[in-house]
Amino acid sequence: MTYLDHAATTPVLPEVLAAMTEQLGRVGNASSLHASGRAARRVAEQSRERLAEALGARPSEVLFTGGGTESDNLAVKGLFWARRQADSRRRRIVVSPAEHHAVLDSVEWLAKHDGADVTWLAVEPTGRVRPEALAEALGDGRDVAVASVMWANNEIGTVSDIPALAAVARAVGVPLHTDAVQAVGQVPVDFGRSGADALTMTGHKLGGPMGAGVLLLRRDAECTPLLHGGGQERDVRSGTLDVAAIVGLEVATTQAVRTRPERAPRIAALRDRLVGGIVAAVPDAQLNGAPLGDVVPGGPGRLPGNAHLSFPGAEGDALLMLLDARGIECSTGSACSAGVARPSHVLLATGADADRARSSLRFTLGHTSDDEDVDAVLEVIAPVVERARHAGLGRR
Amino acid sequence: MRVLAAMSGGVDSAVAAALAVDAGHDVTGVHLALSPDRQTLRSGARGCCSVEDAHDARRVADELGVPFYVWDLAERFTEDVVDDFVAEYAAGRTPNPCLRCNEKIKFSAVLDRALALGFDAVVTGHHARLADGRLRRSVDAAKDQSYVLGVLTADQLAAAMFPLGSMTKHRVREIAAERGFAVAAKPDSHDICFIPDGDTRGFLSRRLGSRPGPVVDATTGTTVGEHDGTYGFTVGQRRGLGVNAGDQRPRYVLAIEPVSRTVTVGTADLAGVTEVRTAAPTWTGAKPELPLRAEVQLRAHGSPVPCEVLPAGDGGLRILLDEEQRGVAPGQSAVLYEPDAERGDRVLGQAAMQALGEREEAVRR
Repeated sequence: MTYLDHAATTPVLPEVLAAMTEQLGRVGNASSLHASGRAARRVAEQSRERLAEALGARPSEVLFTGGGTESDNLAVKGLFWARRQADSRRRRIVVSPAEHHAVLDSVEWLAKHDGADVTWLAVEPTGRVRPEALAEALGDGRDVAVASVMWANNEIGTVSDIPALAAVARAVGVPLHTDAVQAVGQVPVDFGRSGADALTMTGHKLGGPMGAGVLLLRRDAECTPLLHGGGQERDVRSGTLDVAAIVGLEVATTQAVRTRPERAPRIAALRDRLVGGIVAAVPDAQLNGAPLGDVVPGGPGRLPGNAHLSFPGAEGDALLMLLDARGIECSTGSACSAGVARPSHVLLATGADADRARSSLRFTLGHTSDDEDVDAVLEVIAPVVERARHAGLGRR
Repeated sequence: MRVLAAMSGGVDSAVAAALAVDAGHDVTGVHLALSPDRQTLRSGARGCCSVEDAHDARRVADELGVPFYVWDLAERFTEDVVDDFVAEYAAGRTPNPCLRCNEKIKFSAVLDRALALGFDAVVTGHHARLADGRLRRSVDAAKDQSYVLGVLTADQLAAAMFPLGSMTKHRVREIAAERGFAVAAKPDSHDICFIPDGDTRGFLSRRLGSRPGPVVDATTGTTVGEHDGTYGFTVGQRRGLGVNAGDQRPRYVLAIEPVSRTVTVGTADLAGVTEVRTAAPTWTGAKPELPLRAEVQLRAHGSPVPCEVLPAGDGGLRILLDEEQRGVAPGQSAVLYEPDAERGDRVLGQAAMQALGEREEAVRR
């Protein structure tokens, strides 16, 4: 099996499994006052501190959530509600159309049900949002509740210069949220230095368990809760802490951040060989997103493990099926719960036409990827593309 | 063989896929997303186009351990089946969308794509027997679907598999229950999948708008009622005509004329038909010698009628019925069978009915 879908999820690290197994064998609610509770609390807080250190945040800025989707919802809705509550003129949300659906659908829900006005940011053909575009969209910022721009795109892997964007937002007093689910552990991410007000991350993209995420939230950011209850996380998020998952999240994150300087170049080299080999085998294949060697201040301009290509004349889902039948697992973009292939909203946002968007395939490499995985794709890609091109497409 | 199992989420296609796996084939499941506006949950027992139906199909595929994909054919389904359905009604005919879907989607778009992707055949849960390229009625007469498959050609049948034709629906449900499929007791879908509430007239009036016209009695030539659109009527229809012809005798729809929007009705003695004229036929095998003695089925759940099939000058057929029939509606298919009590009646081919015989047409003018 050749697993090249690490952006969907990546294998759990053995250290994570060991740490979680150990914690699962212990009793104790971190909110209880007795010895068992105190022991659980100690583990959770230790994890919080280590996570904060790995991400350039203060421990009090780390809010544990149920994952990336919850963190995105909490940041977008919570910041919108709190800011509008403080000043009713603030009804505008400034957001990139290439965001993950957890952000996009939260924004659209607020627009439909809660009177939000949406300003869509201009996106470069690479998928990047420029500071000038954000400045123009924000204006004087007085009517803006929140802005959201992802650190790195989950489909095409493009990295935006979040510190520069955060500076623009800060200058007009607008909080910036950034979805860094794909960025943490892949490119340098320092929350404090970035100047962002809120940052989403999750565990299972870097070797931790599913269902455990974090929202980094500046201490001075007002955020209305989505979940009400025990008020465990700074009264912004309620729910009994899942200590074993938190430990797993922490071990995965600290290890991913620590090993990144060695791992990222190795994976980028594999990825470069994969893209080069595909383009050699299928000369009209087109790389989507930023060029392979692209940089932004502070790091690469493209996620090291991301190879996103369009194969004109072939349908992404036909390619996926043919590769799956040959033991190669990849994706046509972000997984869709209904299972129906739609042209990628990310590619459409970059100005690609629907045919290019429909003919795309995403290979994402991760910590277990090696040369054999690349060889496996290069061995079959030309005949697979040729076959998919003959497969008619259910359209005219 | 590498076979593609079309899985609607219902019990029939689930068992058909399972039997294909049992037979040793390399099976891949595909759910066809046909509605551009997919509802999350089923509304009632009908339809097969919700996300919940796709989920049901996926559950079965996962239990069988076969790959599963959703193919989005909404665009083609809308053009080739739904729009065709509306256009046929607008033209005063009565289409059969299931037959059209088999012709244009399942055994055309899907089959072509499957073959191009390297599959050898498409397996479906249709109730019909298929062996040695010969399509026959199911052993379960009540569930037989050979009528809506009558449009398939020899090439299409060569790449089709219908594992359920030799068993009853009851047995299909038993097999599903034995295997623990959650869909074992799922209600049968009926009617038209893209009209989940079953209100065909309402669906058509939303698409076509109000197109009022007269209801005219064939004998007297007088207007005996009004209607909101000829699409609300089918030739042979008796109920819901809303006419008062002054006597107590029931009236039947004899003809629909879409340009003048006239619905012609008449008494039972005028409603009978002994001859139909068709468009060019399709054959499930080699074109038979004409004239031909056969049986013909004139609608989806109709009874077979012995007949004589003659060539018409225009490439179509003249079908002379041994017994007079009511409810013969242009737009429906005349499916021809070779009776065979032992192995199941064999489907010879079909042709869309365009008109009735000269005598019948004269009564209706």
